[in-house]
Amino acid sequence: MNFLALIGRTFLHFLQATGQFIWFLGTTLCHTFRRPWYWGQIGKQVIDIGYYSLPVVGLTALFTGMVLALQSHSGFSRFDAESAIPTVVVLSITRELGPVMAGLMVAGRIGAAIAAELGTMRVTEQIDALTTLSTNPYKYLIAPRLLAATFMMPVLVLISDIIGVFGGFLVSVYRLEFNASNYLHQTWEYLEFTDVTSGLWKAATFGAIVAMMGCYNGFNSKGGAQGVGAATTNAVVSASILILISNYLLTGSLFATK
Amino acid sequence: MPQSKAATPKMELKDVAKSFGDKHVLRGVTLSVAPQESMVVIGGSGTGKSVLLKSILSILKPEEGSIKIDGEETVGLRGARRDEHLAKFGMLFQGSALFDSLTVWQNVAFKLIQAQHMPRKQAKEKAIETLASVGLATDVGELYPAELSGGMQKRVALARAIVSSPEIVFFDEPTTGLDPIMADVINELIVKCVKERGITALSITHDMASARKIADRIAMLHEGQIIWEGHHSEIDSSGNAYVDQFIHGRAEGPIKMQVRHL
Repeated sequence: MNFLALIGRTFLHFLQATGQFIWFLGTTLCHTFRRPWYWGQIGKQVIDIGYYSLPVVGLTALFTGMVLALQSHSGFSRFDAESAIPTVVVLSITRELGPVMAGLMVAGRIGAAIAAELGTMRVTEQIDALTTLSTNPYKYLIAPRLLAATFMMPVLVLISDIIGVFGGFLVSVYRLEFNASNYLHQTWEYLEFTDVTSGLWKAATFGAIVAMMGCYNGFNSKGGAQGVGAATTNAVVSASILILISNYLLTGSLFATK
Repeated sequence: MPQSKAATPKMELKDVAKSFGDKHVLRGVTLSVAPQESMVVIGGSGTGKSVLLKSILSILKPEEGSIKIDGEETVGLRGARRDEHLAKFGMLFQGSALFDSLTVWQNVAFKLIQAQHMPRKQAKEKAIETLASVGLATDVGELYPAELSGGMQKRVALARAIVSSPEIVFFDEPTTGLDPIMADVINELIVKCVKERGITALSITHDMASARKIADRIAMLHEGQIIWEGHHSEIDSSGNAYVDQFIHGRAEGPIKMQVRHL
């Protein structure tokens, strides 16, 4: 009986949390597309999320591309398919690894930072102060982060795609002794426009997920330092899980018929 | 300023109730504040004082009751009407609630720039002028809140609360965490600002020295209800055992603290 009660309580808690999040998301979207827009805040978030995430995302992409080339070579050499390495590297990077790795790295860097900042503002009453200063916290704090993350993630992923492919190129040419010209030719030959754009759609979705999880958990944090810590952990964990789930769903819808 | 019975109250609360789950924080608060009057609500920790202020500000929505500002019902206000309602208020928060990422002058000028769209240069001049009125030098304006002492942060918060010339200012525990001298400085500033600017003030505190100094009238909130209300000079002869216990800070009396003995 207690076990059933526990399941029931957990389910009700899940429904309540889902309802709260949907309400939060709806309110955010209403305020995001209505004036006033705080351009200064949007610009600041674009710099924070886009520019300052570039080193960590770029480094991740570089080593992912390098490892991918090495792994592909060690596997494909067993059946003399080394010539497929440039295609495997570019398709893997643009379709999957670029957006997913960037999404996870940004979830760790930006999702945590957003949750910690908003959580601290909540527990120190700075969010209430915004309301008393005739400034809507959804418009001033959340909408700029959502917009910046959604629009900057595709830019970050586009750059990380280029760096990732370059990483594969470096390893293939300088370590695996590929011909540079042939490698580039093979890279372009089977790459289609939709391979890149599908990755960018994913990136925009992941950016929105990271921003919303960070904002939701930070905005609703309670109970001082411990509450802020819990909000930060929840933001990163929930964003990472949602990125992986939505990646599967997006891949299914974008590539199912191909 | 004594309350005029003929005038429409600036703030009028009737049977306001607010709960959080099973916890009934406000259980039918009825309170009236006249224009330009300084009302202080006293009461122990956890009696619902902050919830009362946030309900008036529409940060929290009461489940029952009526809150009227200038005779207009404000419970359930949304959109532009809520913004108009909020524009009448200024608030000094218990922990100052200054924005860490902004300098002192940017904190003070926040409402002028973001909500009233005043040009930055003009807003900065007004912020510096208001900082001077609370005894802070021009160079303080360029510092960040983390570089200030607690007393200076309170003064900045006071400047931020009054810079836009609000009709009503709320003071949430204005002297908490300050030494007695600095607390008195803040009390003096509150009295000066309220009287000079003709502001209606609602303060919540459990510091009796502060309450006596800044109040025209005092009300006591206990277990979510106003149990006594009167002129500040009447508080020592209230004849209310709860008020007597509170103002004398006695452990013994009708107010039972929930303390678990080891």
